[in-house]
Amino acid sequence: MPSAPAQGAPSAQRADAIRIENLHKSFGPLEVLKGVSLTAREGDVVAIIGGSGSGKSTMLRCINFLETPSSGRIVIGGEEIRLKPDGTPASRRQIELLRRRLGMVFQSFNLWSHKTVLENLIEVPVHVLGVPKAEAIERAQKLLARVGLSEKADVYPAFMSGGQQQRAAIARALAIEPRAMLFDEPTSALDPELVGEVLNVIRGLADEGRTMILVTHEMKFAREVSSHVIYLHNGVIEEEGPPDQLFGDPKSDRLKQFLKSVA
Amino acid sequence: MLDSLSALFAPDGPLGLLALSPPGWGGNLLLGLWHSMQIAVGAYALGLSIGIVGAYGKLYGNEVVRDIFSLYTTVVRAVPELILILILYYAGTDMINQVLLGAGFDRWAPSRLLIGTVVLGVVMGAYMTEVLRGAILAVPQGQIEAARAYGMSPLLLARRITFPQMMMNAIGGMANLWLNATKDTALLAVIGLNELTLTTKQAAGTTKAFMLFFIAAMVIYMIVSVVSGRVFAAIERWARKGQPKLGGGGV
Repeated sequence: MPSAPAQGAPSAQRADAIRIENLHKSFGPLEVLKGVSLTAREGDVVAIIGGSGSGKSTMLRCINFLETPSSGRIVIGGEEIRLKPDGTPASRRQIELLRRRLGMVFQSFNLWSHKTVLENLIEVPVHVLGVPKAEAIERAQKLLARVGLSEKADVYPAFMSGGQQQRAAIARALAIEPRAMLFDEPTSALDPELVGEVLNVIRGLADEGRTMILVTHEMKFAREVSSHVIYLHNGVIEEEGPPDQLFGDPKSDRLKQFLKSVA
Repeated sequence: MLDSLSALFAPDGPLGLLALSPPGWGGNLLLGLWHSMQIAVGAYALGLSIGIVGAYGKLYGNEVVRDIFSLYTTVVRAVPELILILILYYAGTDMINQVLLGAGFDRWAPSRLLIGTVVLGVVMGAYMTEVLRGAILAVPQGQIEAARAYGMSPLLLARRITFPQMMMNAIGGMANLWLNATKDTALLAVIGLNELTLTTKQAAGTTKAFMLFFIAAMVIYMIVSVVSGRVFAAIERWARKGQPKLGGGGV
């Protein structure tokens, strides 16, 4: 039995961190999300799995409006994002403030290539959040120690391995002291032997009770760290539930087939 | 060493015609160079300003803004600089003067230096717009997306991420444009501006030492190019910090 993430209180008593209701998203005539919903309470780790083209990355990217939903409700930390009838945000400012509370980790790291690792970590705290530089640097050094990159502080991203870059990118997300973390296939661009070091860092975050939404292809890992799993197929939530139930006793044929194909 | 140098430039020495003070023409050549550099720097600065506005305007402006900048870059890049210079200097001032005289004012005699700088600046601006536009487009989408995902405002994103990222793509094209600017100043000889080329021609015509003076001018332009190349190579090293491969810019 995999260890459940640290949870202070029973799930019903914890506040909603992220709630999505009936989210639709179309790219032109192509409807990628056909009404999906998700609730992550404080401390939840929600894993989104599914085949390629199932809409799982799009769903994640709608949470911080890197993709603009076509319709639906998004509530972050109790605050509803005001949308115009066509789904675009009513206030750019509200979106900017929302994004500052969500730490995003990308499939291709996206560290800023003209900045050293340390500069990447302090960029948003200093220039967006207004943290004093000395304090930001001190915090960044602690985070780098935590992800095992203390010696790489002054190195530029291009001179590090993919695994190191992704660990630095996770540290960059942590540097904004996010309310929740969003992971968009964080290990998909990595060589197989580098996947472990990144998953270990993510596992550590799950263990300390951080709220996370994780799009992943690593089924074993999803089962291990998540408190809730969503299986997406063709823009619809085909099945969802606790990891042991979803992976151990899948109900739908599609999920059974999917799990067999990725095993 | 010093003795042999002064012997070289003595009035009856082999390079006597290049001495700084009359009868040598060296002082005039350097004055011509000074004018050329003033125009080049002024035109480049103007072109860079137009280019930054033009590039952002062409990429992110509304339809009207985009059309205006497209028309500008198309026309200016299609017409020879020489014709633009002649149009602006002769036809342009003539037009202004007709208006001024008609309204009872005195005739306006424009400074050639100013006109030359403005014309070349407008030409630079058109090419610069395209260099910077391409450089902005070449910034990897992920770099911008990461900045957006962390709540950067558009202005902060442009300043902290897009601009430095763009610079490393743009610096090669910008170096080319600077070298063009230094050499295009020679075109202003046509409106009688005593920059380096016209001064050289005068010196050569007066002394009949054609070979000596045109080779001297060539060497001076060459020195400008080589020094510029060094400067741009240093700028490129700085702009490309953190990138895995260093280009072979400069001389």
